[in-house]
Amino acid sequence: MTQSFNEMYLDASVRAPYAQLEAWMRSMPADLRIQKQAEAEALFRRIGITFAVYGEGGDPDRLIPFDMFPRVFTHNEWARLERGIKQRARALNAFLVDVYGRGEIIRAGRIPANLVYQNAAYEKSVAGFVPPMGVYSHIVGIDIVRTGPSDFFVLEDNCRTPSGVSYMLESREMMMRMFPDLFRENRIEPVDRYHELLRRTLASVAPKKCKHEPVVVILTPGHFNSAYYEHSFLADLMGVELVEGQDLFVEGEFVYMRTTQGPKRVDVIYRRIDDAYIDPLCFRPDSMLGVPGLMDVYRSGGVSICSAPGAGVADDKAVYTFVPEMVRFYLGEEPILNNVPTWQCGKADDLKYVLDQLPELVVKEVHGSGGYGMLVGPTSTKEQIEMFRAKILKDPGNYIAQPTLALSATPTFVAEGVAPRHVDLRPYCLVGERIELVPGGLTRVALTEGSLVVNSSQGGGVKDTWVLAE
Amino acid sequence: MLSRTADNLYWIARYMERAETSARLLEVGSRISLLPSAQGYRNEWESILQSTGTHEPFARKYGEAVQRNIESYLFFDRDNPSSVASCITQARENGRIVRTALTSQVWDALNSAFQELRQIERTPRSELELSRLTDWTLKHAAMVRGSIDATLLRNDGYNFLNVGFALERGDATARLMDVKYYVLLPRMGVGSGIDNDQWSMLLRALSLHRAFRWAYGGEVTAAKIAHFLILNPHCPRALITCVTATNNHLGRLAKLYGKSGEAQAKAQALQDELDGTNADQIFEEGLHEFLGRFILQTAEIAGMVFETYLSGDMR
Repeated sequence: MTQSFNEMYLDASVRAPYAQLEAWMRSMPADLRIQKQAEAEALFRRIGITFAVYGEGGDPDRLIPFDMFPRVFTHNEWARLERGIKQRARALNAFLVDVYGRGEIIRAGRIPANLVYQNAAYEKSVAGFVPPMGVYSHIVGIDIVRTGPSDFFVLEDNCRTPSGVSYMLESREMMMRMFPDLFRENRIEPVDRYHELLRRTLASVAPKKCKHEPVVVILTPGHFNSAYYEHSFLADLMGVELVEGQDLFVEGEFVYMRTTQGPKRVDVIYRRIDDAYIDPLCFRPDSMLGVPGLMDVYRSGGVSICSAPGAGVADDKAVYTFVPEMVRFYLGEEPILNNVPTWQCGKADDLKYVLDQLPELVVKEVHGSGGYGMLVGPTSTKEQIEMFRAKILKDPGNYIAQPTLALSATPTFVAEGVAPRHVDLRPYCLVGERIELVPGGLTRVALTEGSLVVNSSQGGGVKDTWVLAE
Repeated sequence: MLSRTADNLYWIARYMERAETSARLLEVGSRISLLPSAQGYRNEWESILQSTGTHEPFARKYGEAVQRNIESYLFFDRDNPSSVASCITQARENGRIVRTALTSQVWDALNSAFQELRQIERTPRSELELSRLTDWTLKHAAMVRGSIDATLLRNDGYNFLNVGFALERGDATARLMDVKYYVLLPRMGVGSGIDNDQWSMLLRALSLHRAFRWAYGGEVTAAKIAHFLILNPHCPRALITCVTATNNHLGRLAKLYGKSGEAQAKAQALQDELDGTNADQIFEEGLHEFLGRFILQTAEIAGMVFETYLSGDMR
């Protein structure tokens, strides 16, 4: 693997956006650093921002490690990222409207029909329905990695319910509280408009039948869900109710929530549960999480659901390969952000290449998430690689492979002081009447030396992400 | 407010108050068992369990009603939904669910009780004195109540919390008095020496023995104690005080929502009844019968509060 790009040091000199931080880092004595870190942890625990990892047992109140060393983008770097992210979010939504409508992109032969219509995430029950403003995916989380001064790649798209934005907001709060001087010395774009923009985005896609100020709610699977903190945090910031399926019911052509003063109509549901659980009458009859009859109300325009049911077909790892094609087809533009080259193990030629080069590649399950069920060739043992080879051969169509990218590294506080650790970036693009993006995102960092897996479920941490003002 | 949110708030209060009651029951039981008594200590402990209606499940699991088993059952046992550990865990879990309806101080109080509980559970039992367990419980119950009083918005959520506190506390005082009844009435007349000792224990367990002296002075008699714990509005745990609080907070909800219902009517009727009675009449009816009727009426009000506000079925 080639040497990875260090975002702070270029050769021996400090890159401009990190100039102030280099002085800050040098002037901070070790004991102060340890004290601040402990302070941050105590605060995070107190506000209850914790992360429960599915299937790992242990402490359900585990904190995601927070690294105090910020990650910095210049104004110009961000301007380009922003254009690329918004472009991609537009194309993904155009694609969704199209494949649930006339399917022009398929007729034009730009994407194979079976990849869309046979896809498990393709929701036949909403074919022909166009959601308000033509938006299926209202919050698009696009995972981006950097490999050089101007080389950014999209690793994957999240069109359903990307999580983690609470960490973006809380990390910033924490940094401003602990190091106010840094914010005086550097001119850092604020991110705290996010919740207002989110509320506005959700309200803007209220159904036509809604003639009043729309009532927005967040639908959570409940307090056992690992992202429950985030659900309640966002509800609190936006000043909207956090509901569970049992709080909602359908009567006539509308959805209502049960309140202490009787039923209250709901116009927009920001759901943080999967399609399969939304409506037991329509999807999984065994699910207690959803609302019986919700899909009928949705399809007759009585309520808006964000993201719209069926949005998942756009962020499938096999469909991912075609996103640049979507940008060209729907927008008539060249993609600003590139995809990572991807081999589809379902194709014979690709499979042969992947099996030959396995120790060099990253292999992922098409429908996997959270960093589970993946192989990072260069950091795996021979045995692990052989085990994975057997899995791929058993069901090739279930896997894709990508070159192992040299993810950029940023300075990170570690036991011995400061050392480079690999990072990625997840910005949250809001799509409603307008397309909005706050200047920042969630930077995840692989805290283990040399590791490329940044998932919080696999020992990753988070950092504050700065965009410098012009 | 979502019905489920109101329900969670209401139950935070009930669980915290119930944790306190279980701790106070332990206190009464241990004090009574220190007294020389013709019946032996076992019957005293059994009467404690009877008052909470948990004698059966206890006997199935532990058999003998000895202090250590009762301690396990009333403080630590997660199979007992009224144990201190169960109640504090539930209260904190409910708090987590409605985190946004609480201030950070209230959350802090609930959460730190839970975190300390986990430490206590890891401590060897030989190092845990019963009095330390009860003191600890009372302290945390007070911290939760205090942070609610000091920091929470006086909105409908506050009223639901307080309805929960008041209903649960009234029920608890009635049940604690009923323990006394079980121990005494069948065998000897009210007013004997042992009788008075045991009444004093009850006051002590309710942290009210000094207050009682200040309020009444002179000899401790059953009539004075009954008046104090049932009819004296100065006593913070008296039935009448709890009913007045329930009535108040239900009244505020009715005003806020512009609608009064059967819960309000029932609470008012109960208040009127207590306002119009005296200790003699209560003894005439029979203390046990009176307390039993009170517990039932409280449960009816709770049922109506659930139907009207918490179930979400109101159309």
